[in-house]
Amino acid sequence: MKDWNFVFAGFGGQGILFAGKVVAYAGMAGEREVSWLPSYGPEMRGGTANCSVCLSSRPIGSPLVLEPDALVVMNNPSYDKFIDTVVPGGTVVIDRALVDRRTARTDITALYVPATRLAQENGIGKLANLIALGALWKATGFTTAEALDAAIVKVVPPSKPELVELNRRAIRIGAEAAE
Amino acid sequence: MSERVLMKGNEAMAEAAIRAGCRHFFGYPITPQTEVAAYMSKKMPKIGGTYLQAESEIAAINMVLGAASAGVRAMTSSSSPGISLKTEGISYIAGSDLPCLIVNVERGGPGLGGIQPAQSDYWQATRALGHGDFHVLVFAPSNVQEVVDLVFLAYDLAEKYRMPAMLLSDGLLGQMMEPVSFPEPVEKTGKPSWAACGHQDLRPHNVINSLYLKADQLERTVVERFARYAQVEAREQRCQQYLCDDADYIVVAFGATARVSQSAVDTLRAQGVKAGLLRPVTLWPFPKEAIRSHIPHAKGFLSVEMSMGQMVDDVRLTVEGKVPVGFFGRTGGVIPRPSEVVEAVMKMAGGDR
Repeated sequence: MKDWNFVFAGFGGQGILFAGKVVAYAGMAGEREVSWLPSYGPEMRGGTANCSVCLSSRPIGSPLVLEPDALVVMNNPSYDKFIDTVVPGGTVVIDRALVDRRTARTDITALYVPATRLAQENGIGKLANLIALGALWKATGFTTAEALDAAIVKVVPPSKPELVELNRRAIRIGAEAAE
Repeated sequence: MSERVLMKGNEAMAEAAIRAGCRHFFGYPITPQTEVAAYMSKKMPKIGGTYLQAESEIAAINMVLGAASAGVRAMTSSSSPGISLKTEGISYIAGSDLPCLIVNVERGGPGLGGIQPAQSDYWQATRALGHGDFHVLVFAPSNVQEVVDLVFLAYDLAEKYRMPAMLLSDGLLGQMMEPVSFPEPVEKTGKPSWAACGHQDLRPHNVINSLYLKADQLERTVVERFARYAQVEAREQRCQQYLCDDADYIVVAFGATARVSQSAVDTLRAQGVKAGLLRPVTLWPFPKEAIRSHIPHAKGFLSVEMSMGQMVDDVRLTVEGKVPVGFFGRTGGVIPRPSEVVEAVMKMAGGDR
């Protein structure tokens, strides 16, 4: 499979780091090298949060993704900060419910998915992150359905098994929205 | 080895120390090493170990001195400004010939500096981790699995040579997650023969001390210690080499910077520049032998660091002016981009291509 460099960005509390973690686990389930690097600092609470995730068939060099193949943005500041960093031919998933911008770039595939609104409408208000991830997966095919499902099972704490189904649902909603 | 799990460098380091038999951790909070202490505070009480948040970094390192004197695997962790506070205690530990593990998850300096990753404590770690004539073993992991492996090695070599070991990590390695698996736990039973612990008068007292008021006696202990350091330098230099054998230009970089440099080397190779990466795994002892082995074919070495240029001194001392040694770095918490490293190598190569 192709190597992938992702950036996930949004507000602290949206589960943006968690979405990145699911991707990293999916990479592991698919027997690839993976790295997950969060931004950290005093700005994290209530401020912007982002993480870099790399999936590769070879040992990963710099884990800091400066030019993502795919980007997920869930707020305006993140859109402004990262939209120009996406490589030509890359993919961006934009939470249309929270981001009011539209890109003029024609060299990337932009998906405008109202992830936060879809989460609320489906009664899974906290899972907009996984809806966005579902859209990203559908648009890029960065991993197999099996590996993605294995990752979801892996990241859900054993004390909350009911979350596995909800996360699966969020992925499905996102994937459908991306079609 | 355990199943591969995804873990932050800081948490993996703490788990590795526990598996290596550490049951005594003394710390004081500071970003970006907090997860080490947090993990220890959660785990240690459950396994009969001690997690103690001291009243200061100085207190914590002196608790390590005490625990190490009793012959147990002791540990403290901090980040740059906190390590500066610990240096007095580290000097005492070295002067008392005690093994222990000291972790520095480096951040930008000087002063309070910042909390983003840096490597600007290289001089401190390798030259002056306290007053007096002494060295500590310094290990520089560059991925999370290596953090784990080097914790085990650090304890083993610290005990073998009876000297403190430092694991020099940074904010990037500490915060990033990678898959990691752990070796089987080491059961530490029994105490070393030199340990100052209860013996019911069944043997002569063991004295742990760093005070020698007679000059000739102090000189003798220091000279003896340096004979041990000479053995360490002869036997324990470690590094990893990537495409160095035919390289015209060799980037020397450790820790997080080595990863950035590896990406740069791949780009350079794709552009037809014969570049390689030599990554010191031990910073003291510095891998002089490996660097020297490339002097006959290398056209230049480039030290890449997250500092204003500290390790470059050791590269220059090793190369002895036989080929040019350059430097590229970013500091203050800025992580160099692979493209910047590519540019620095190209600049060195000049019209040579």
